[in-house]
Amino acid sequence: MTYHFDFGWLIESLPVLLKGIRITVQLILIGAVFGVALGIACAWVRALGPKWLKPVVATYVELIRNTPFLIQLFFIFFGLPSLGIRMSELSAANLAMIVNLGAYSCEIIRAGIQATPRGQFEAGASLAMTPFQTFWHVVLVPALQRIWPALSSQIVIVMLGSAVVSQIAAEDLTFAANFIQSRNFRAFETYIVSTLIYLALAILLRQLLAGLGWMLFPRKASR
Amino acid sequence: MIEFSFWDILRNLLLAARWTVLLSLVSFIGGGMVGAALLFLRIGGQRWARLLSRGYIQLFQGTPLLMQLFLAFFGLGLFGIDVPAWLAACVALILWTAAFLAEIWRGCVESIAKGQWEVSASLGMGYLQQMRYVILPQALKVAVPPTVGFSVQVVKGTALTSIIGFVELSKAGSIVTNATFQPFTVYGLVALIYFALCWPLSKSSQLLERKLNVAHRNH
Repeated sequence: MTYHFDFGWLIESLPVLLKGIRITVQLILIGAVFGVALGIACAWVRALGPKWLKPVVATYVELIRNTPFLIQLFFIFFGLPSLGIRMSELSAANLAMIVNLGAYSCEIIRAGIQATPRGQFEAGASLAMTPFQTFWHVVLVPALQRIWPALSSQIVIVMLGSAVVSQIAAEDLTFAANFIQSRNFRAFETYIVSTLIYLALAILLRQLLAGLGWMLFPRKASR
Repeated sequence: MIEFSFWDILRNLLLAARWTVLLSLVSFIGGGMVGAALLFLRIGGQRWARLLSRGYIQLFQGTPLLMQLFLAFFGLGLFGIDVPAWLAACVALILWTAAFLAEIWRGCVESIAKGQWEVSASLGMGYLQQMRYVILPQALKVAVPPTVGFSVQVVKGTALTSIIGFVELSKAGSIVTNATFQPFTVYGLVALIYFALCWPLSKSSQLLERKLNVAHRNH
């Protein structure tokens, strides 16, 4: 192998890379917050929600979990405009990530809720709490605590999956890498660098979520 | 302008879906073999082997599959080989699948009680014998549902190979869209075909889990 590696382009390409990193971080922050919120709402529907809504949520979850993120993204960005719903690349990317994470986190949170003993609901009711109050204060928080590691992994997976949004020209880190390598013709080095950045982001995000779990659930699990 | 009927679209997508199925099978089987090797290193006695395997798994689980595909595509080219898209796709998907399967299976092996290792060691068995006769037969039962469940991720992962130019279901979707200008129908159908491939796998994983759990409770 007589290939000579060249990383000289790195300095002049730094602004482009940094912008890409910023967009990727922005995407995952918005995606995580709204995605988990959507997941909680769906988990509530499946556990205690109105009967007619349950099959709707179940279908949504199954559809999303059994199709590739790329196709969901294409469907939202290219398919929905036929129905008159148009949006920018970034909005489409954000929406796709929220919808995707919403379905996965719904399943994860539901598992946490199912692990809650039946007596907890009854105890909540006997304290004159409304079903919603019981759900929020008694069921949800311990459930989230129980499944926090799984939820964190899923958020990291969605972050890594977001590399795909470059395909609809949302200007994330992968888009930046594609742009840079089309200029410097150093495809391998460019992708190595961006892969390492993704790795660092994944490790950072994992630590951040672990820290957040520490802050949100200071009490020891009551099991 | 040529008119495309619904049947034209569906037929072309279904023809391309064969490649999705084939690529999934290759990745899953190849990934299973590499993953098994990783598993043996990961839980074996040698410290360096454990570290190596752990580093591999973290690297592949901590980076996007898309980047791995790009690196396989352009990296193999550095050796002077003209890399066809299918080769890069197979290599990247096998390595990616291996990392996840090794980690899943490690959890299964570790769920086997420690006493089983000690008992088999006290019978004078070596590491490979312990694995072959005592640990793996038990771990296999635990491993089946999550492994089937992960196969769904593999099928979905193959969609990314369209980006490096491998013509499977997703790429066919883009091509057909460009010809017909009916993205809603085409991507809707593509999604439904993926669903038809993945949903039975998801469901059987859930069923297996329930079935094997019942077996557990009876112990």
